[in-house]
Amino acid sequence: MQIVTANRLGDGRVVFRDRGGRWVEVLAAAVVLSKDEAAAAVEAASADVAARLIVEPYAVDVSETAAGIEPKTMREKIRAGGPTSGSETIALAALERAA
Amino acid sequence: MYVYDSFDRQFVGHRVEQFRDQVARRLSGELSEEQFRPLRLMNGVYLQLHSYMLRVAIPYGTLSSRQLRTLARIARTHDKGYGHFTTRQNIQFNWPSLEAIPDILAELAEVEMHAIQTSGNCIRNVTSDHFAGASADEVVDPRPYAEILRQWSSLHPEFSYLPRKFKIAITGAPQDRAAIRFHDIGLQVVKSEAGEIGFRVFVGGGLGRSPFVAWTLREYLAEKDLLSYVEAILRVYNLYGRRDNKYKARIKILMHEAGLETVRGEVEAEFERIREGALELPAGDVARIARHFAPPAFATLPATSEAEGRALRADPAFARFVAHNVTPHKVPGHASVTISLKPVGGVPGDATAEQMEVVADLAEAHGFGEIRVSHRQNLILPHVARDALPEIFARLSEAGLAHANAGLVGDTITCPGLDFCALANARSIPVAKDISTRFADPARAAEIGPLDIKISGCINACGHHHVGAIGILGVDRKGKEFYQLTLGGSPDETAAIGDSAGPGFWPHEVAGAVETLVDTYLKLRAGEETFLATYRRVGLAPFKEALGDGAR
Repeated sequence: MQIVTANRLGDGRVVFRDRGGRWVEVLAAAVVLSKDEAAAAVEAASADVAARLIVEPYAVDVSETAAGIEPKTMREKIRAGGPTSGSETIALAALERAA
Repeated sequence: MYVYDSFDRQFVGHRVEQFRDQVARRLSGELSEEQFRPLRLMNGVYLQLHSYMLRVAIPYGTLSSRQLRTLARIARTHDKGYGHFTTRQNIQFNWPSLEAIPDILAELAEVEMHAIQTSGNCIRNVTSDHFAGASADEVVDPRPYAEILRQWSSLHPEFSYLPRKFKIAITGAPQDRAAIRFHDIGLQVVKSEAGEIGFRVFVGGGLGRSPFVAWTLREYLAEKDLLSYVEAILRVYNLYGRRDNKYKARIKILMHEAGLETVRGEVEAEFERIREGALELPAGDVARIARHFAPPAFATLPATSEAEGRALRADPAFARFVAHNVTPHKVPGHASVTISLKPVGGVPGDATAEQMEVVADLAEAHGFGEIRVSHRQNLILPHVARDALPEIFARLSEAGLAHANAGLVGDTITCPGLDFCALANARSIPVAKDISTRFADPARAAEIGPLDIKISGCINACGHHHVGAIGILGVDRKGKEFYQLTLGGSPDETAAIGDSAGPGFWPHEVAGAVETLVDTYLKLRAGEETFLATYRRVGLAPFKEALGDGAR
C-alpha cells in the first residue's frame, strides 16, 4: 500500500494527496492506493508540479492499522509527524513566555 | 569587526534583488524546479524534509550584537522562534517559506550578512578559531587573513563551478581549534624567526565517506603570497579534480590519487607564474583590513578578579562554570566565555530568539558587542572582564544558557540528522539528548574530563564523527536506524581519524555503549589523562572488549 507525498512549492511543507486529488498536510487524510494506482497518481501529480502547487511528488510505502496510516520508513514517519527533536516545542514555549 | 565597503554592499544588495526576481519567476512558473534549484542553492536555500532551509554565512564565525539581534528577529518573524548553529560556524533557519526568503536576505544585507556560497560547488564560508584575537596562546590574529580570503573568494568567477565544494579554515594559534587539518585548505598563521608573518599551508584534509588528515603542502608561505598561492591551489584543483564521480571530486581525492609531490609541483609551477602579479597582497591593504580587527579598548585590570574570587567561594555552580566555560585571555583580567548550546536533554546548537537576544545584551554590556560562533556549535563572548563573570553567569542562568559543560561529555557536536536533513540515514539529535541526559550529573562529567563526542546522521559527516574521541555514525540497516562507533579521533594539531569499534548499536543502546567506554577509560586512566590520551596509550582492544556482546 502506498500514499503520494510532495513538498508544497511556496513554503516547502510536507503534503499528501487526498481522495479528491488535493494536497493536504494531514497524513490521516491521505488516500491509500495500490502500487499501480500510486504510480498513476504520481504521474498525474506532474500537472500540479506544472501548476506550481508542489515539487517532487513520489510514492511512499505505508501500512494501514487501526491507529491509521503509518509510513514504513523512519524518514517518512518523520516527514509525516515532524521532527522528533523537540526544537519547535522548546522555541514555542519561549515565544509563549515572552507573549 | 570588518565593515562592508561600497563594493561589498553593492554585490550583496544586488544579489538580494536578483534572487527576489528569481523567486518571483519560480512562483509564477517562468522557472521550473530544475532551473531554479541551482539558483536557490547559490543563495543557501535547501529543500529539506519538512520545509525550505536557509543557511546564513557567519564569516569566520564572527558576529556583532546587532547582527545577532537581526538573526533573532528573523527567527521570530520568519521561522519558528529559533535558529540552529552549525559545525561550520553558520546558522540555519529550518522553516522559512520560499516567499519570505528575499525579505530575510534583505534584512540580513542591512547588517552586512548574506547566504551566498553557503551551498554549491564553490568556496564556502571561511572558518576560523572562535577565540581569534582573544586567546592567550595566539601568535597572530587570523581574522584579517580570513577577511582577505572572504573578499577574494566571494563571487570569484573562476571558482564558482569547482568539481566539488571547497572549504578553507585558518587559525593563528598553535592549539588548533579550527580543525584546519580537516579542510580542503588549512592555514596556520605563523611568525618566522625574523618575526615576519607567514602561513603553514595544509591541503586535502576532509571527512565524509573518505576521511583524510591534510598533507602539508608548504611549511612557510610569505604573507604577501597568500592569495597567489591559494589561487594556484584552486587552479590546480579546478583543472585536475575529478568531475566524473561526486564521491571522488574533493581535493583530498586528487591528493590521494596524484600524490603530494605531483600536486605540489603543479601548484608551485602555477604559483611561480602568477606570484608578484595582481594577487600579491600590498602591505598597506593588509594593514587597512587589520585595523578593522584592532583590539577593543580593554581596561587595565589586575590578572585576578576579586569579584570572581568571591563568587567562586560562594557558589559551586559558578565555580563549575568558570572551570569549564571560561578560557584565559591574552589581556590580563579578561577572559573568553563559552555559552554552551548543549542543555542536558536538549538540542545541540539550537538557540531561541530570546536566548540570542540575551547573548546580544551581554555582549553589549560586557563584551564590546562581539560574539563568536564555534564549530562546536556554541556561542562565545570573546572579550569580557573577569569582574563581570558573576553577572554574566547569573544572566545566562536565567536564560537557560549556563550549561557548565564546554568540552565535556555533554558538549557533543551533532548534525541535524534525519529529524531535518534530506541526506540523513538516521537521527543524531535524539542520540545526543540520550547521552547528555545519561551524563547529566555535573560532578560526574567533571570527573570524566574533556571528551569530544561527535555524532553524524550519515556518512557525509557534518557531525565530524571521524574526529571524535568517540565518534557516532548513524546508518540505515534494513530500514532501521543503526549506529557505528569510532574511537580515538582528534580534530586538533594531533589530528587523527577514529578507529572502528565494531559493528554497532540500535538507537536505545548507544548511550549505554558510550557509558561502557567511559567506565573503561576511568578504570584504565593514569593520573590526569584524558579519554583520548588513555585511548592513545592503551589502544582499541580494551574498549572493544568492554563493548563485547553489545557490538553486533
